[in-house]
Amino acid sequence: GGIVAVNRIVKKKVLAPAVKLIEVENHLIAKKAQPGQFVILRVHEKGERIPLTISDYDREKGTVTIIFQEVGKTTTLLGRLEEGDRILDLVGPLGKPTHLEGLQRVVVVGGGLGTALVFSQVKELHRRGTKVDCIIGARNKDLIILEEEIKPYCANLYIATDDGSKGHKGFVTDVLKRLLDEGNRYDRAIAVGPLIMMKVVSNLTRQYGLPTVVSMNPIMVDGTGMCGCCRLTVGGQTKFACVDGPEFDGHLVDFDEVIKRTAMYREEEKTAMELLQRSLKEGV
Amino acid sequence: MAEPRRKPNLVKTKVPMPAQDPQVRIKNFDEVALGYTPEQAVEEARRCLRCKEPRCVQGCPVNVKIPEFIMLIEEGKFLEAYYKILETNNLPAICGRVCPQENQCEKHCLRGEKGEPVAIGRLERFAADYAASCGEPRHEPTNPAPPKGKVAVVGSGPAGLTCAADLAKMGYQVTVFEAFHTPGGVLVYGIPEFRLPKRVVQREIDNLKKLGVEIQTNMVIGKILSVDELFSEGYDAIFIGTGAGLPQFLRIPGENLNGVFSANEFLTRINLMRAYRFPEYDTPIKIGRRVAVIGGGNVAMDAARCALRLGAAKVYIVYRRSEEEMPARREEIHHAREEGVEFKLLTNPVRILGDDNGWVKGLECVTMELGEPDASGRRRPVPKPGSEHCLEVETVIIAIGTTPNPLIANTTPGLELTKFGGIVVDEATGQTSRPGIFAGGDSVTGAATVILAMGAGKRAAKAIDAYLAARR
Ligand SMILES: Cc1cc2nc3c(=O)[nH]c(=O)nc-3n(C[C@H](O)[C@H](O)[C@H](O)COP(=O)(O)OP(=O)(O)OC[C@H]3O[C@@H](n4cnc5c(N)ncnc54)[C@H](O)[C@@H]3O)c2cc1C
Ligand SMILES: Cc1cc2nc3c(=O)[nH]c(=O)nc-3n(C[C@H](O)[C@H](O)[C@H](O)COP(=O)(O)OP(=O)(O)OC[C@H]3O[C@@H](n4cnc5c(N)ncnc54)[C@H](O)[C@@H]3O)c2cc1C
Ligand code: SF4
Ligand code: SF4
Ligand code: FES
Repeated sequence: GGIVAVNRIVKKKVLAPAVKLIEVENHLIAKKAQPGQFVILRVHEKGERIPLTISDYDREKGTVTIIFQEVGKTTTLLGRLEEGDRILDLVGPLGKPTHLEGLQRVVVVGGGLGTALVFSQVKELHRRGTKVDCIIGARNKDLIILEEEIKPYCANLYIATDDGSKGHKGFVTDVLKRLLDEGNRYDRAIAVGPLIMMKVVSNLTRQYGLPTVVSMNPIMVDGTGMCGCCRLTVGGQTKFACVDGPEFDGHLVDFDEVIKRTAMYREEEKTAMELLQRSLKEGV
Repeated sequence: MAEPRRKPNLVKTKVPMPAQDPQVRIKNFDEVALGYTPEQAVEEARRCLRCKEPRCVQGCPVNVKIPEFIMLIEEGKFLEAYYKILETNNLPAICGRVCPQENQCEKHCLRGEKGEPVAIGRLERFAADYAASCGEPRHEPTNPAPPKGKVAVVGSGPAGLTCAADLAKMGYQVTVFEAFHTPGGVLVYGIPEFRLPKRVVQREIDNLKKLGVEIQTNMVIGKILSVDELFSEGYDAIFIGTGAGLPQFLRIPGENLNGVFSANEFLTRINLMRAYRFPEYDTPIKIGRRVAVIGGGNVAMDAARCALRLGAAKVYIVYRRSEEEMPARREEIHHAREEGVEFKLLTNPVRILGDDNGWVKGLECVTMELGEPDASGRRRPVPKPGSEHCLEVETVIIAIGTTPNPLIANTTPGLELTKFGGIVVDEATGQTSRPGIFAGGDSVTGAATVILAMGAGKRAAKAIDAYLAARR
C-alpha cells in the first residue's frame, strides 16, 4: 500500500574515516522532510533510539540521506549496514523546520560533522536566492567532508583545520571573526557542530549583534515531547529540543548545561562500546 | 438466578493473592502478584451472592457481566467465564491487573458492606490467564465480506486498541498508527513489567492482529501525515486515542540537573527500552543510591518501585498532601510500603540542589499543613513557616502529572480543545468538533484510567459505525 515504508538503504558512501552517508528509502518521510528536521532510528531489537539529522531528501526517489559519525555502539552498528539492508525502525520527520525566509545574506558555520547537517539548509538558502558564505572546519583535511558537494551553493567557501593541513590553520571562529571584522554584514549566522564550537560562535556573534541560530543535539528518547529528556534552558525557560527545536537562538542557549547533560551516560556509553568492540573482534 | 441449595462462602475477607516476597521481588522485575490457582478462584467465586440487581456491574465502566462470569468460574467453566467477560471487555487480562477496582466494581459490591468485597479483578485476571494458558482459543471470525469502510485509529493505548478491535469485529478495515516502535501506549511504556507483564499486552496486540487490524508503528501523526491527509488516503473516519503524554515539571530551580527525570522518561527507559537489562539492551539508565520521587499517583508508585529494583538503597515518595489524598491505588501504596519505600507526606519540594559537576545532590523541601478545601474538595496544603529541610538524594523523579500532547491539535484545523489541551467531545459518542473525527481516552480526559480509556474507545467504535452507516 501507499503508506508502508521500507527503510531500505539504497546507497552507502564513506565520507571520511568513521563518517558515513546512507540514503534510505522511505517515501513518506522524504515527502514531508524539510531542512532542519531529523529522524530517530533503531538498528536492532534491543537497540537504543538515536536522533540523526536529515541532511538531504529526494521527494521523487522517495529517499532521505543521513550522514553520521561512528561515535558509539548504535552509530557503529548503523555503519555496518550495507546497501540493501533495512533499518529496523525509522521515525520522522521530527523537530521544527528551519526558517529560511527573507534572508539576503547568511554566514553558515559547520564544524566537523556539522557540515553534513547544514547541507540541506545551504541548498535551500541557495534555491531561495540567499547569498551564503560558508565556513567549514575539522581537525585535519581528511575529516573535511562534502566540500565539493556544498561548493556550488556557496558564494564563498572557507576552510579551517586545526592542524593547518587545509585552509586556515585554526578554528572556524577565527575565520568568522575575520569576515566580520572585514565589514561583511549578514542577516544571520547559522552554526552547527560540536557544542563547544556553537558556544564560541554564539559568544562571538553576540559582540557583533549578529542573530545566530544553533542546532542543539541533547540526548533524546522519543523525539515527540513525551519524556523531557532533551530539555535545555533557552533565555531562562525550559524548552524541549525535539519539539521546540532543534534550532534555537544561540545567544539565549545555556550551553554549559547542555554540555553537562550530554555527558550523563558517558560511563554506560563506554561500557556498551567496549562490549561491542569485543564481540566484533570475536566475529560475532 | 440463585439455586436454593447453593451455600455461598461467607468468609469476610478475599482469598489472599499469592505474591512474591517483598525482599525477593525488589531484586527482580517479575510480576509481583502471582494470580489465583483454580482452587483459590473457585473458593473466591463462591463469595459472590449473585445479586439480582448487581451493583458491581454499575460500578464497572464497561459493565462486565460480573455475577455471570463469576458463576461460571464457580462451576469450573473457566473458558466460558472468559468469553462472558469478553462480551463487554476485550482486555480482561490487563483490567484484572490494573483497574482501580476499589473505586469501581468492587466499591459497589454488596459483600463490601460487611467485610471485603468479592475480588472481582483477581477473578477476571484468573479467567483471562487461564484462557491464555490454553492457547486462548478466541472464537472471533475474521470478516470475509468486503469491509464496511476504512477507519484510522491514531494511538495504540487501551482507547485505540479497544476502538480498533470493536470496529474490526463490526467489519471495518482498521489501521492503527502508533508513534513508538512498539504498540500498547502506557501499557508498554508506563506500567512496569512487575505489575503488567509485557507478554500480556503482546497477547492482546496479537489478538487484534488476528482480527485483521493492521498496526503501523513509527508513525507520528501530525508529522508524517496529518489527520486530514489520512482522510485523503481513503480513511472514512478517524479515532484519536493519543493519550496524555506531555510531562509536567515543577518549575523549581535545579530541574535540569543531571539525575532529574520526568517519570515518563524514567519509565520509558525502563519499560519500553528495557534499560534495567543494560548492557544486554543498549539504552542506559542512571540511578543514585538515594532517590526522591515527587507525586502521589500510580505513576509515582511505579517509579519508586522501579528505582528500588534498579538497586537504590533508599527511595522516598515526596507528596504535598496526606496519604488519604493520594490518587494511587491502595494496592500500589501497600506494595510500595512493603517493599520499603519511605513516604514523606505533607512535604513539598522547593529546590533541587546540585554539585559542581551538575549532578543532583539533594532536594530542599518544606513541610505542609492542610488548610481549607480547594476546588477539588481536598484540603489545600500550605507551607509551614521555617520548616525548610533537605533530603540527601542523587536522583529526583518528577511524577506530578501529564497533559495531552498538542501535536495533533496543532496540525488539525477546527479541532476544539479544552483549557488544559484535551480534545472536546460529545461524551456519549466521542464525536469531536470535526465531522468524521472521534476521540477518547486520556487525550480527552487528561490522565485517567485504562478502563475509562477502553470505555471511550468502545463508545466511539459504536458511534463511528452509526456515522458511517448513515453515510452509506
Ligand atoms: C537532533 C539531533 C540531530 C543529530 N544529528 C546527527 C547527525 O546527523 N549525525 C550524527 O552523526 N549525529 C547526530 N546527532 C548525534 C547522534 O544522535 C549521536 O551521535 C548518537 O546518538 C550516538 O549514539 P551511539 O550509540 O553511537 O553513541 P553513544 O556512545 O551512545 O553516545 C555518544 C554521544 O552521543 C550522544 N548521544 C548518545 N545517545 C544519544 C541519544 N539517544 N540522543 C542524542 N544523543 C545521544 C551523547 O552526547 C553521547 O555522549 C544528532 C543528535 C540530535 C539530538
Ligand atoms: C506509570 C503509569 C501507571 C498507570 N497505572 C494505572 C493503573 O494501575 N490502572 C489504571 O487504570 N490506569 C493506570 N494508568 C493510566 C492509564 O495507563 C491511562 O489512563 C491509559 O493508558 C490511557 O489510555 P489511552 O489509550 O487514552 O492513551 P495511552 O495509553 O497514553 O496511549 C496513547 C498512544 O498514542 C500514541 N501517540 C501519541 N501521539 C501520537 C501521534 N501523534 N501519532 C501516533 N501515535 C501517537 C502514544 O505513543 C501512545 O502509544 C497509569 C499511567 C501511567 C503513566
Ligand atoms: S473491567 Fe475493571 S472495573 Fe470492570 S469488572 Fe473488570 S476489574 Fe472491575
Ligand atoms: S455485588 Fe458483589 S456479591 Fe453482588 S453480584 Fe456483584 S460481585 Fe457478586
Ligand atoms: S526526546 Fe523526549 S521530549 Fe524530547
